[in-house]
Amino acid sequence: MAANEPKVIRVTGLKNRFGSQVVHDGLDMEVRENEIFGIVGGSGAGKSVLLHSIVGLRTPDGGTIEMYGRDVQGMAASARSTLVQSYGVTFQNGALISSLTVAQNIQLPLREHYSLAEKTLEELAEMKLLMVGLTRETGGKYPSQLSGGMVKRAALARALALEPKLLFLDEPTAGLDPISATAFDELLLYLHAQLGLTVVMITHDLDTLFQTCSRVGVIVDGHMISGTLPALLQDRHPWVQEYFHGARARAAGAQVHG
Amino acid sequence: MALEGESGHYRLALTGDWSLTAMPSVETSLSRLPENLRGTLVCDWQGAKTPGIAPAWALLKRLAEIDPGSLRIRHEGNPPPFLDLLLKLDAQRHAAHETLDAPPTLQDEVGKLGRWAVSQAAHARSVIDFFGRIVSVIGQALRRPRAWRISSLTRHVYETGITAIPIVSLIAFLISVIVAYLGAQQLNRFGADIFVVDLVTISVLREMGVLLTAIIVAGRSGSAFAAEIGVMQLNEETDALRAMGINPVEVLVVPRVLALVIALPLLTVIADAMGLAGGGLLSLVNLHIPLPQFITRMRESLAPTTFWSGLIKAPVFAIIIAMVGTYRGMQVRDSARELGRLTTVAVVQSIFFVILADAVFAVLFVQIDF
Repeated sequence: MAANEPKVIRVTGLKNRFGSQVVHDGLDMEVRENEIFGIVGGSGAGKSVLLHSIVGLRTPDGGTIEMYGRDVQGMAASARSTLVQSYGVTFQNGALISSLTVAQNIQLPLREHYSLAEKTLEELAEMKLLMVGLTRETGGKYPSQLSGGMVKRAALARALALEPKLLFLDEPTAGLDPISATAFDELLLYLHAQLGLTVVMITHDLDTLFQTCSRVGVIVDGHMISGTLPALLQDRHPWVQEYFHGARARAAGAQVHG
Repeated sequence: MALEGESGHYRLALTGDWSLTAMPSVETSLSRLPENLRGTLVCDWQGAKTPGIAPAWALLKRLAEIDPGSLRIRHEGNPPPFLDLLLKLDAQRHAAHETLDAPPTLQDEVGKLGRWAVSQAAHARSVIDFFGRIVSVIGQALRRPRAWRISSLTRHVYETGITAIPIVSLIAFLISVIVAYLGAQQLNRFGADIFVVDLVTISVLREMGVLLTAIIVAGRSGSAFAAEIGVMQLNEETDALRAMGINPVEVLVVPRVLALVIALPLLTVIADAMGLAGGGLLSLVNLHIPLPQFITRMRESLAPTTFWSGLIKAPVFAIIIAMVGTYRGMQVRDSARELGRLTTVAVVQSIFFVILADAVFAVLFVQIDF
């Protein structure tokens, strides 16, 4: 691991706390160009808090966050706005705007940041829908009319609207049946390869973890232990041991490696 | 962008900025490409700077438009890596593009009208159904003290009643001062200053006290009822209650209705008192009628029914406000916009129905000489 390798994200000494409850106590994390980085951890370990800190939805209580080598927190508002447009985020429950159709949801960031013709917007929405494996008809529906799997895909389509190179996904396969989840994993891998994306993903889905992630960071005790999956399987920390050697993990691992 | 070559062999050299930002200029130059090209076309990506997905997609769409099926297209010069994906999507799109929306016919329009009428009828039915359910739940609750939900009831009495006291008092006081002041201007011309007392007493006790209170409560609590229950609908909390065998009407609607039936008359009494106080103060300051004289005159102007004819309306208004609010809340489905729309509808309709009921009461009281 050369130190001069390009880092998309570098988090150092991140501190987050809610009242007296310390969530992150000097957390370090690095994400490299063109990798799929998985974040795992127990409930309440602060996975979403970490993600929110990185994408600027939460001001951390300490530490620095760099994206593309620039400190995120000290940034001027205009630079910040440009930065925000350079990455896509999906949320746990999709967070599609419920009063807009799926197509309008996808067009929303494009409308806000670019002046495009109505016809162009329609074509782009259609393309994004096809890209995530949905049809043109889905574009006319409202989020409440979609199934869980379709919501996840539509949210991904919206995250891809501004053609980001960096994608943050918060539990993209949570609540999906195994077949839909696998299909989503395949879609993600495919888009990752085709679009040259860097992906940071929170997931509890061990299948997703084993299938897609090139490196994984485990949040334990407010710190992060990160590495490739084989390296983490050797880690001595009891929680990490239990996580990767539990019954579910063995089953998921057996599918991939066996 | 430059198109070279002729007679079946073309070369399209892509130049300049091809990022998403340059989308408008890319589209204009694409629209200048000639129609009906035949033979082979080579797209040369060598000169395209920072090619983005949207412009590349626009290029593919335009080429598909130009090409009636006889143009062979190749991409050269280091095309962007996502081009394969886009070509695949483009092929998919052609396969899927058969179904087009037909223009609406007369039959569709008639059908729409029919559906509207049916939905209105269903709506009227559901309002009656809702009212019936509340009555039946209250009826059952009378026999089962546990179903009274005392803690929930007291919370709602506190929120709709106690916390509304300051605003209700202030508004009743001020409006009564305004009425007395303007009334005094008119009555003064006839030297009938003393009748300001009659004016204030009768208008506050019969109408303004209860009506103002009802309107304030509709704005405060009617909207709160609709929003609270609406959010619970969106979070599937009401479904969860039903699945646990708990009747949402019993735990959500009835306590709110009963609480308002208790709180609104009490607020009305406070509004009446504050209104009379406002009238008394203005009479003292502006008309120099001392307080004892004000009170004596007030007693003379009062019929035995004056106070009750105002107060008796309060429970009715309370039922209207609480039912409209909770009903609209239960109607919320699917989206945040629905929540906002139905909360607005709740307030507007409850005020409308309160005033309508007030008009009915006015006619009724005159008829029976109450």
